[in-house]
Amino acid sequence: MISQPEASNCMIHVEHLHKHFKLHNQGGTRLQVLEDISLQVNKGNCLVLDGPSGKGKSTLLRCLYGNYLAQGGQVKVNLSRQDGITEWLDLAKASPREILYARRHHIGYVSQFLRVIPRVPVIDIVSEPLRSLGVEREEARQRAATLLERLNLPERLWQLSPSTFSGGEQQRINIAHCFIVGYPILLLDEPTASLDTKNRAVVMELIEEAMEQGTAIVGIFHDSEVRNQVATDYFRFGNNTHDRT
Amino acid sequence: MSLSAIQPLMQVEALEKWYGQQLGCRNVNFELYPGEVLGIVGESGSGKSTLLNCLSAQMEPSAGSIRFDVREQGLRDLFSLSEAQRRVLMRSEWGFVHQNPRNGLRMRVSAGANVGERLMGLGARNYADIRQQSLTWLEKVEIDAARVDDLPIHFSGGMQQRVQIARNLVSQPRLVFMDEPTGGLDVSVQARLLDLLRSLVTDLGLSVIIVTHDLAVTRLLAHRLMVMRGGEVIEQGLTDQVLDDPQHPYTQLLVSSVLQP
Repeated sequence: MISQPEASNCMIHVEHLHKHFKLHNQGGTRLQVLEDISLQVNKGNCLVLDGPSGKGKSTLLRCLYGNYLAQGGQVKVNLSRQDGITEWLDLAKASPREILYARRHHIGYVSQFLRVIPRVPVIDIVSEPLRSLGVEREEARQRAATLLERLNLPERLWQLSPSTFSGGEQQRINIAHCFIVGYPILLLDEPTASLDTKNRAVVMELIEEAMEQGTAIVGIFHDSEVRNQVATDYFRFGNNTHDRT
Repeated sequence: MSLSAIQPLMQVEALEKWYGQQLGCRNVNFELYPGEVLGIVGESGSGKSTLLNCLSAQMEPSAGSIRFDVREQGLRDLFSLSEAQRRVLMRSEWGFVHQNPRNGLRMRVSAGANVGERLMGLGARNYADIRQQSLTWLEKVEIDAARVDDLPIHFSGGMQQRVQIARNLVSQPRLVFMDEPTGGLDVSVQARLLDLLRSLVTDLGLSVIIVTHDLAVTRLLAHRLMVMRGGEVIEQGLTDQVLDDPQHPYTQLLVSSVLQP
């Protein structure tokens, strides 16, 4: 079990989280997915969500991003700024504006799917999170280019819309889109699932670099090699326990 | 949080509209902040157009209040302003993009004049300057400079819609109302327009209230979503949360009824 961390070191603090889905148009079926989940993630740590499919790993990750509505308990994320002011936001109660603010400045999320606006070229998709923080177009593009190069996405693809790209190419765009900002919190849903060995290694490097800089990570990795390399903590679904590696 | 320092641009409380005994909409409450895009979705007859017409001061509500942060005045109740003040507000600080460009454009004056006209309405008189601004805005909405002197009636639907957007944005409004702006367009044209709207909204820091029945449009454009049915808001929240984890039976039905190609 986890010890009580230094408050300033803790980035994610989930307490007694409950989540069920009520399917009103399918006979009112109620699916209980998360029951009394509590966990904490500290700066520079990587918590791996572990358990069989359908147990709610992705659901938990989506609750941490405010994409799914938590129904009970607290999902607190540390939004402290560099000027030393400590602020926490409970995503279970936050307004849309607050969640958008947290996402723009603090939380990155790599989903399993790339959802794109038709017609927008790769380079602009990847630089968009920086643009929304007020970074100039050229500088944002420059940083996007550096990251895309590192992820071995051929330059001839950068000006194209990725809707017809392969799964592995789309995934690398997703990863670049998420890692470009340097968010203090990262949520990764199978970021290496459709990558070859070479690119998988690049993503592991990116994750490790982020951790060295103090980023708190929660991830789902089915690839045991990746998992063993990056995990500092495990949350086991099924018995809902949290332990250190 | 540093967000609390920011004032809302529009504040709506207990808004209600009746047509005699017939309910238009009721119980509408929300705050819109600078740079926010609010999507209003619902099927025909759900009250979304009534709501948009009230919010844009084209129709007086039966009860409740709509307050807008008027430049240099702060939050003012729309219907406490004089008719003339409201008209100035609509022409300068607001824009309205109609579903049918014919309702928002004068079809028998040139595209350039359509855009310039709005500036003249605000007192601009320097012809060269007006012409230059019109050209700049038409370029921003990707209308070829060679077409500036053509009549919109000779344009395609997508082009007309882009001219209408330029006409609205030339006065640098802070809030733009949009009524099904991509309705009636071919999908390829729709995608282009959506991309354009998205970048304009981000670059200009515009606030937008957009009514649509197309959930995919809201996912791409709106930060927040309000779902209406039978004149009432039955669910509202962060767009991706409402679409991915809808709580109300009707929203669940709407989301699950969308065809995925």
